[in-house]
Amino acid sequence: MDGEPFDVPEGRTIAAALIAAGRVSWRTTRAGGRPRGVFCGIGVCFDCLVVVNGVPDVRACQRVPADGDVVRSQRGAELPG
Amino acid sequence: MRVVVVGGGPAGLAAADAAARAGAEVVLVDSERQLGGQYHRGTAQRADPRVRHLPESTAWAAEGLRLHVRTGPADSPHRTGRVLDADAVVLATGAHDRVVPFPGWDLPGVYTAGAAQALAKGHGVAVGRRVVVSGTGPFLLPVASSLLDVGATVTVLEANGVTGWARHPLAVPQKLPELARYARLLGRVRLRTAVVAAHGDDRVTSVTVARLRPDWTVCDGVRVAVDAVCVGHGFTPRLDLAVGLGCDLVDGFVRVDAVGATSVRGVYAAGEITGIGGADLAAAEGEVAGAAAARAPDPPIAALRAIRRGRRFAAALAAAHPVPTGRHGWLTPDTLLCRCEEVTVGDLHAALDRGAADGRTLKLVSRAGLGPCQGRTCGREVADLAAARLGHPLPDADAFHRRPFATPLRLGELAQHPEEDP
Amino acid sequence: MRYPDVVVVGAGVIGAACAEALSAAGLRVTVLDRGPLGAGTSAAGEGNVLVSDKEPGPELDLALASLGRWPDLLAELGADVEWDPKGGLVVATGDTALTAFAEAQRAAGVDARPITPAEAFDLEPHLTRAVVAAVHYPQDAQLQPVLVTKALLAAVRRRGGTLRPGVRALGVRLANGAVAAVRTDDGDVPCGAVVIACGPWSGEVSTAFGAPITVLPRRGVILVTAPLPPGTVRHKVYDADYVGAVASGDADLQVSTVVESTAGGTVLIGSSRERVGFDASLRVEVPRALARRAVGLFPVLADVQVLRAYGGFRPYAPDHLPVIGPDPRCPGLWHATGHEGAGIGLAAATGRLLAELVTGVEPHVDARPFRVDRPGVCA
Repeated sequence: MDGEPFDVPEGRTIAAALIAAGRVSWRTTRAGGRPRGVFCGIGVCFDCLVVVNGVPDVRACQRVPADGDVVRSQRGAELPG
Repeated sequence: MRVVVVGGGPAGLAAADAAARAGAEVVLVDSERQLGGQYHRGTAQRADPRVRHLPESTAWAAEGLRLHVRTGPADSPHRTGRVLDADAVVLATGAHDRVVPFPGWDLPGVYTAGAAQALAKGHGVAVGRRVVVSGTGPFLLPVASSLLDVGATVTVLEANGVTGWARHPLAVPQKLPELARYARLLGRVRLRTAVVAAHGDDRVTSVTVARLRPDWTVCDGVRVAVDAVCVGHGFTPRLDLAVGLGCDLVDGFVRVDAVGATSVRGVYAAGEITGIGGADLAAAEGEVAGAAAARAPDPPIAALRAIRRGRRFAAALAAAHPVPTGRHGWLTPDTLLCRCEEVTVGDLHAALDRGAADGRTLKLVSRAGLGPCQGRTCGREVADLAAARLGHPLPDADAFHRRPFATPLRLGELAQHPEEDP
Repeated sequence: MRYPDVVVVGAGVIGAACAEALSAAGLRVTVLDRGPLGAGTSAAGEGNVLVSDKEPGPELDLALASLGRWPDLLAELGADVEWDPKGGLVVATGDTALTAFAEAQRAAGVDARPITPAEAFDLEPHLTRAVVAAVHYPQDAQLQPVLVTKALLAAVRRRGGTLRPGVRALGVRLANGAVAAVRTDDGDVPCGAVVIACGPWSGEVSTAFGAPITVLPRRGVILVTAPLPPGTVRHKVYDADYVGAVASGDADLQVSTVVESTAGGTVLIGSSRERVGFDASLRVEVPRALARRAVGLFPVLADVQVLRAYGGFRPYAPDHLPVIGPDPRCPGLWHATGHEGAGIGLAAATGRLLAELVTGVEPHVDARPFRVDRPGVCA
């Protein structure tokens, strides 16, 4: 995540791994640049978005990472690639 | 005879099992890796072995009795597409927390009660050390209990008065064991009290805890230091597929008959999308709907009885946990309503003042509900606030839950021609 | 209470533009709509103000007149309606009559500039490299249809007009064979004239008024992506077969690609044309076809989330020309409809033209091609 290696227990979501590591936010909104992390935790609110392997708009609370996935914070609206 | 069940919580599981027992070929589509839904999170459930379970699968659209499904890691562009044709569909898509906005509710560290529960029960992770759980309804107690289990210090603020449901005659035999489990929370629960504002720069560091009048207007407030706030004001049903299929609604829930049939032929519904009532009621409804969908010769009598009992209890629960309009007084003009599009209370009022006086127009003019969550989080509150300002219900308020795509998908996924499922 | 000179039935962008122009000409106007204001067809489009998709002929003349009128009209209204003169870019990936079409349009007064693929990639960096021909149309513009409808109606109210949402027009009351009042579910509204501007529902309403015209609905569906960074798609970009699809009425489903961004950052992907009556249910094949073509034009969109689809019903006459003018069967009854997917762009000139005809002023465009009593329209 953001260049830092994470050992994530099998089945744990990206969001759970980040919160367990003490991170509260990892996204900024596109208009106000406001920080965001988990809100609903069950895939409804789309607040916790991250970029996974270059693909933005991935819900961290839903996505269980695979070994070697490269995850980073999402800043506003981003293009894939 | 093929029955497709959408949702692997208590209602969907019971529906799938009942349909399989009745001899139908059953496919159970669920977005999680493990069955059980939000209620059984952390304790994987098992379906009848004859049920074909599709985990990590999301039904993103329904065309009559044809469901369009993607299977694979959430929001990945590399999922597998599938088309499921059914003779009957059972929708058991559940509900998510309803949260009423307050200043600072968009700060990191403010969670829904369901998020805290999912993280604690599903992953053993506490959202903070000093946590305030605030809102209304019986769900606050299990959330607080899970937070205690993962080592947090918890205070529970119930915005309504004495928990009326606990005195309901049905509550005692049904809920007593549950209440006993929450005994350790006694002394941590405060009534007629709520978090009415959250404070901090880039995360919540303190909240304003206020004593409330019965209509939820504020008497007085004090600042309390916290690392996390968990809020829940009841639940909002997940109606995307039901609305997309054209199922009639009543009072914001899917209208069903005694066996769970909706207004659309071949489409059944069970669980929280037909009314908020908890896991036991949902399972009973699922059993009845699954049996009916599979055209089982005999209805499950015990489950039908449980539904009647459960619905009376649910009605008592709902009556004891209203969400009155005094909450609007917590808002300031710069409080965010739509978290996605960053639309404030002031923006909403400006749109209304420009004449955007129906749901569809209000969305387009204010942009509330147009972002990634498509109004799932704010839609209900936006409609309520608009009604309060207009002095009458917002026409076409349904615009906030019309979502032809039940979940987003990548354009490249949409473009693919999926194989028809054999 | 003073009675209105004119009642406009239908508070979409066409009705609003007619009401605005009539009130600007000094007439007292009342606007009725059975539903909320501007919430039908006008709320279900992209906000196209296009000349690029129109072949030389009466509709292009109306489009050019409208294009000339919009900036002044918006200045008069003093409202922000997200007017964006972004320009259009038509591209082709195979053999095409694109350049010949542009040549003919240029002769008719359109600014149509054939450009090289390399120039097209400068205008649109994410465009597919498979493009072999392109024409740039700097005049094409976009506005937010709901905001412009609201702004037009607000001007009507400022001039003393009356807006009555939620009032259904049921028919007309005649005196000496001419319109004397509109009957509504909220009582009669005495008036000197009535304009039916009900878009795809004009057929039904004109029938109730005893002067049926043939106007049919075609469904159009638009996809909306997640917000993207500014500048991802800069123009209104479409593939060359868009022109053919708009002009034709043959197939039950036609799809061609139009891709553009909005002020909110989302990208809109149109455009389909389905003849399914007023059936609003989703047929997945329609968004699928839209998605496939959009990804073909802009490969970067393949991994972008689609958030929603929305659809609306566009009104068309059998000959695909707007219907604007007096009904010969009923003095005092007027029509303004049939703009199909171009009503937003054509509204400014349509309103002005109708007001000119009503008040007896020399029309600023030739009104004869749009007359009501042409073959196929007057039933």
